[in-house]
Amino acid sequence: MDARRRFLRNSLALGGLAATAAAREQDLSRNLPPNVPEWETTLGAPILDRPYGVPSKYEANVLRRESPGLTRTPQSSVAFTPLQNLFGIITPSGLHFERHHAGVPAIDPHQHRLMLHGLVSNPRLFTMDDVTRFTSVSRVHFIECGANTGMEWGNVAVPTVQYTHGMLSCSEWTGVPLSVLLDECGIDRRRAKFLLAEGADGASLTRTIPIEMAADILVAYGQNGEALRPEQGYPLRLVVPGVQGVSNVKWLRRIKVGDMPWNTREEALHYIDLLPGGVHRQYTWIQEAKSVITSPSGGQVILDRGYHEITGLAWSGRGRVRRVDVSIDGGRNWRTATLQEPVLPKALTRFRLDWTWNGGATLLQSRVIDETGYVQPTYAQLRAVRGTRSIYHNNAIQTWAVATSGEVSNVQLGT
Amino acid sequence: MSSSAHSWPGALAILVGAAIACATARAADPAAQKYGFGKPATPGEIAGWDIDVRPDGRGLPPGRGSVEQGQAIYDEKCASCHGTFGESNSYMQLAGGVGSLGSDQPVRSTASKLNQATTLWDYIRRAMPFAAPQTLTPDEVYALTAYVLNLDNIVPAGTVLDQDSLPKVEMPNRSGLTTAHGLMRVDGKPDTANVACMRDCVATTRPASEIPAYARGSHGDLSQQRREMGAIAGAPTPGATVASANAMSAGAVSGVALARRLGCTACHSVDSALVGPPFRAVAARYAAPGTASAADIQAVLVAKLRTGGSGVWGTVTMPPQSQVSESDARKVVEWILGGAQ
Repeated sequence: MDARRRFLRNSLALGGLAATAAAREQDLSRNLPPNVPEWETTLGAPILDRPYGVPSKYEANVLRRESPGLTRTPQSSVAFTPLQNLFGIITPSGLHFERHHAGVPAIDPHQHRLMLHGLVSNPRLFTMDDVTRFTSVSRVHFIECGANTGMEWGNVAVPTVQYTHGMLSCSEWTGVPLSVLLDECGIDRRRAKFLLAEGADGASLTRTIPIEMAADILVAYGQNGEALRPEQGYPLRLVVPGVQGVSNVKWLRRIKVGDMPWNTREEALHYIDLLPGGVHRQYTWIQEAKSVITSPSGGQVILDRGYHEITGLAWSGRGRVRRVDVSIDGGRNWRTATLQEPVLPKALTRFRLDWTWNGGATLLQSRVIDETGYVQPTYAQLRAVRGTRSIYHNNAIQTWAVATSGEVSNVQLGT
Repeated sequence: MSSSAHSWPGALAILVGAAIACATARAADPAAQKYGFGKPATPGEIAGWDIDVRPDGRGLPPGRGSVEQGQAIYDEKCASCHGTFGESNSYMQLAGGVGSLGSDQPVRSTASKLNQATTLWDYIRRAMPFAAPQTLTPDEVYALTAYVLNLDNIVPAGTVLDQDSLPKVEMPNRSGLTTAHGLMRVDGKPDTANVACMRDCVATTRPASEIPAYARGSHGDLSQQRREMGAIAGAPTPGATVASANAMSAGAVSGVALARRLGCTACHSVDSALVGPPFRAVAARYAAPGTASAADIQAVLVAKLRTGGSGVWGTVTMPPQSQVSESDARKVVEWILGGAQ
């Protein structure tokens, strides 16, 4: 810890806050051996001090954040998950990234209805009492915004993994399989080709979903053991595993069964991928395999030489992660990382690799291979096909540069 | 946890099994419900929510509207964000850039990107105006669609759109979207083919792109964005220019937070001119000696906030914000008149 304190003292002193640093130092030693910590000589807080628990006050840095200047209104905007601070594969519900198109509605579940109609023999209206009464299932899945890493298509633009990759979260979702509801309503299997899902927010956001995905979809009301958070669609949302975030329609109020795609605004003006030459790809639903090292990562400082664990996240919208390789020399040589169980389909997978930092400048990368054999592409490979203006579906290999000072920064390598 | 705890064939098997078990109880009915929860959605209920419009025009209600009618509505309800001629790129740029998508400087606008006019109609009806969605009548939506399309002469002046003519409008980019790619299906073919080389792979070890020094502080002090324990800390960031989200949440009951929640900050900032005047300029104007009493000023501004106004700060209209409650309006006006601190 000495290196850390020296580092903090130096940086604080640079800011003209030497007195604060000294006070902090004194403060720190007061509760260290041989002294007995103050919290050991008094009573702690009673139960129910905070009936709904919140993190320690010392975790105040661990927050969702926005990228300044990215959007014009906080109602149609993005808040990024602090991936650099998370352990394991589950994102705490309060840190799940936010992407809204017209703000977060405050929906009274007693006044919420799910309408299912279109090419069905029995169009139905379900209350939340009804929806939660059906057979249920819980599954762990990631949700990644199609625009995740979108700011980095042309060049490095943002400093930390929170902003490069933080439109990504993973939860255990609980709900009724959509196929149960479709069966209940007597779906016309011969004619049904596509579904329209619609939210009850001020955007009444709509997305087309192909019928063959229905078997995998949840109509979810539970997230990590509690009800959905309002930011995640309370009281009801779709979870469409492996498909870009916007299809996981929040505040779900209506599902219509049809026979052609709807070409909605969120699939004809946005969430379309511009290619060189001016044509856009439309209905780019699947999130391809991607990985990123979360520690060490951009905007951090390695305080000491010696052993450090390199760790990060890998995922694929096409199934399970098969393998993750890590390079500590900018992609020249690779070593296979350890995958932390459980390795679940269309869920985040945590990987780890032992590393001894010798104090030299290095370039860190990770590369995922999913169960289809697909290997995460380099920026050069991705840009050769899609150019630099696609906004969506940037799943390129991420590079973090470690300087001799220990500072880690976001870089992209030349071809 | 299996990959698909519930598969469709499985569900079908259960259903078939249930149907056989029930065969003595009732005649075989392919539409028989297994659970029977919920209630039938009536035609009236469906009509109220069934607002989607498809590219073939299905879903368009009766009604009609002209370019000229659309202009009047646009100037009142849309121009403050989208620009008088649909040129503002602060929000979605509506006009301009047709034919530019393949160039070095593609202009991403509704006119340059959109393939079907039906989508424009559907979106205006369901989501616009931004702060008051689903308040326009079908006639108004037809008129606005006609006006927006006329900004780029996609339809000529004098056009009247209705449910028959709208789907026939030919958008400039009608052939500009493709589904010839591997991302529509879980088993689609990828467009890249990296190889998992392990030793002495070709690599460039020199960064070609990094964050320029002047932009290092653009996302705040990164040392405050990492938890306090660990051998890898957040990097102190000289020149950090933005307040951390910490500071924002600490001021959650402050005036600026309220202005943010109510959507005011889409057009106004505390001290610089955006679409509308800065809050502090408003405060200064009404603090001038010789103006009306404080209570009168407050009442006027609360009313103006909720019903709209124009002409005081130039030609841009402030659209009515009728969705803001009287008490919220009063709070935010009080904060503005107090100097927007």
